[in-house]
Amino acid sequence: MEDCIIEVKGLWTQFGDNVVHRDIDLCVRRGEIMSLVGGSGSGKTTMLRQMLGLERPSRGEVRVFGVSLHGSNASQLRKLRDRWGMLFQEGALFSALTVYDNVALPLRELRALDEGLIHDLVMMKLDMVGIEPRHASKMPAELSGGMIKRIALARALALEPELLFLDEPTAGLDPDRSESFVTLIKELHRELKLTVVMVTHDLDTLVALSDRVAVLCDQRLEIVGTLDEVVANPHSFICNFFMGERGRRALEAVRAVNAIVSMT
Amino acid sequence: MPNSASEASQEPEVRLVTAAGRARCLVLSGAWNLRGLELRLAELVPRLGEYATDRNSQWDLREVAVIDHAGAMLLWRAWGRQRAAHLTLKPEHEAIFRHLEIPADPAVAAAPRDPLWIIVAIGRKVLRVVDHFTTMVMVLGQVVLDAGNMVRRPALIPWREISSNIYRTGTQALGITALVGFLVGVVLSYLSAQQLKLFGADAFIINILGISVVRELGPVLAAILIAGRSGSAITAQLGVMRVTQELDAMAVMGIPQTLRLILPKMLALAISMPLIVLWTNSIAMIGGMVSAQAELGIGYTYFLSSLPDAVPIANLWLGLGKGAVFGLLIALVACHFGLRIEPNTESLGIGTTNSVVTSITVVIIVDAIFAIMFKDIGIS
Repeated sequence: MEDCIIEVKGLWTQFGDNVVHRDIDLCVRRGEIMSLVGGSGSGKTTMLRQMLGLERPSRGEVRVFGVSLHGSNASQLRKLRDRWGMLFQEGALFSALTVYDNVALPLRELRALDEGLIHDLVMMKLDMVGIEPRHASKMPAELSGGMIKRIALARALALEPELLFLDEPTAGLDPDRSESFVTLIKELHRELKLTVVMVTHDLDTLVALSDRVAVLCDQRLEIVGTLDEVVANPHSFICNFFMGERGRRALEAVRAVNAIVSMT
Repeated sequence: MPNSASEASQEPEVRLVTAAGRARCLVLSGAWNLRGLELRLAELVPRLGEYATDRNSQWDLREVAVIDHAGAMLLWRAWGRQRAAHLTLKPEHEAIFRHLEIPADPAVAAAPRDPLWIIVAIGRKVLRVVDHFTTMVMVLGQVVLDAGNMVRRPALIPWREISSNIYRTGTQALGITALVGFLVGVVLSYLSAQQLKLFGADAFIINILGISVVRELGPVLAAILIAGRSGSAITAQLGVMRVTQELDAMAVMGIPQTLRLILPKMLALAISMPLIVLWTNSIAMIGGMVSAQAELGIGYTYFLSSLPDAVPIANLWLGLGKGAVFGLLIALVACHFGLRIEPNTESLGIGTTNSVVTSITVVIIVDAIFAIMFKDIGIS
């Protein structure tokens, strides 16, 4: 049996008469980076929110670490919430707290650590995502979008999660910053052995990070597989998404890199 | 690779293993991650500190199942922020220990307390009040200019906004003002009746109720309720528009904020407040009348027919005029605080509170000014 961290079974989502997901099954394996892609309105973010227990599917079940999100008691869910982290699209930093307090908040909520240890852990997380200590006392409103994303990532990593959700991690960043953000996530994934579930529109990010890609289309999960398998699938949506001018360039770059790697 | 179930069952543990004549050897085992350590922290920290005092100890981490940054940081702190001299660990755990060298905080020199701090603090407060006052005057001036502009070009009048604001601040406030007005009328009438009975001056209940409700209580009660209800809503709405950059979007498109946002709200409140005052007055009088009938046996017909003699009509006009002025002021204060909100949640809360407190204070101050200015009018 596969080692599923997240298991989606027979998931239906309906808003009134509008069916968004029709009978979807999905398994996210331990240690992989799984990307959810699809056209806008295909329910990528909705599915991410269902995996986080923020929304309830109309039918079907979502299990994370083997715990059902909608049939378990509060203490099981609380334990679960310590094991995952989420990076929201706009960061969702608490605007009334400083950068330091934002990252320290989940640690303080444990009520087990002393302030000295919290301080060192917060400064280490900030250092890991490349935020200098002098920014720690600033308020989120004083920071740029890229820094907010990094701090939000530090906050998502504060509780040493095994599972990390990313919603459009590179949206709104310039190419340079988005590349360094991708590198950062890659490094963290390798070092911390994270399982990552990501929703993204950005082809470069998709190509650079994904181990497997799940394509949502026409209310169904069209295909789940490695990037090459997905591209080989002839469905027209996949063609539009991956075989546009931008997509081709990104894929060619990847193939070239792979070729060089395999030669050496 | 161990699965998560067995990780969770392994508690973090540190054992002292010392062979005779050799250096102390500390063997760590179990899950040294945040979830494992959470419950055992209080016990482990002092023990680690004690073991770490001997710099020659051997630290053996090969039996550790999992370790994360929190666990590594705990050891790092026990070792005095450096790597233990004799440390053996699994190769895959090596990476975790790489990030522990955190940069030192920039030195925050505690500034010596200013001996004149109290004067500085008072001065700041005064300057803030002056600043509030000047920006409010500026907003008011812009509104007057816009209004003049609008009169010359009636096509500019934002009818839809005015009408929707009248509905929200006026029509939807009828219920709460009726309830409060009725109860105040009943209470006032009951208490006055107790006193008047002593002197046998029962008929004067009509004068007392009429003058106090129509001239003072009606307008002030309505204004306080509307300030709490609509004033806070206006401030919060403008504040959220600032947070979501809607105000910036309007500015970029060249839509004047005063014309589209402030003016309609001020006009709407100036129109709906006198009507609310009239409504509150009527309901309060009904409440008073019911109570007077029950306590003093004054009939409804007698009450209503002698009301015009007891209360000169000037009082009603004064009350309605006050209502209109209060409406303008509540909208102005609410808009002023709304536009000053900064894009964060705390500022939104503070701004809304300040808006309500200020508009109620302003209403009461202006009411006092009215009382002095019109002291010779409407009271025989």
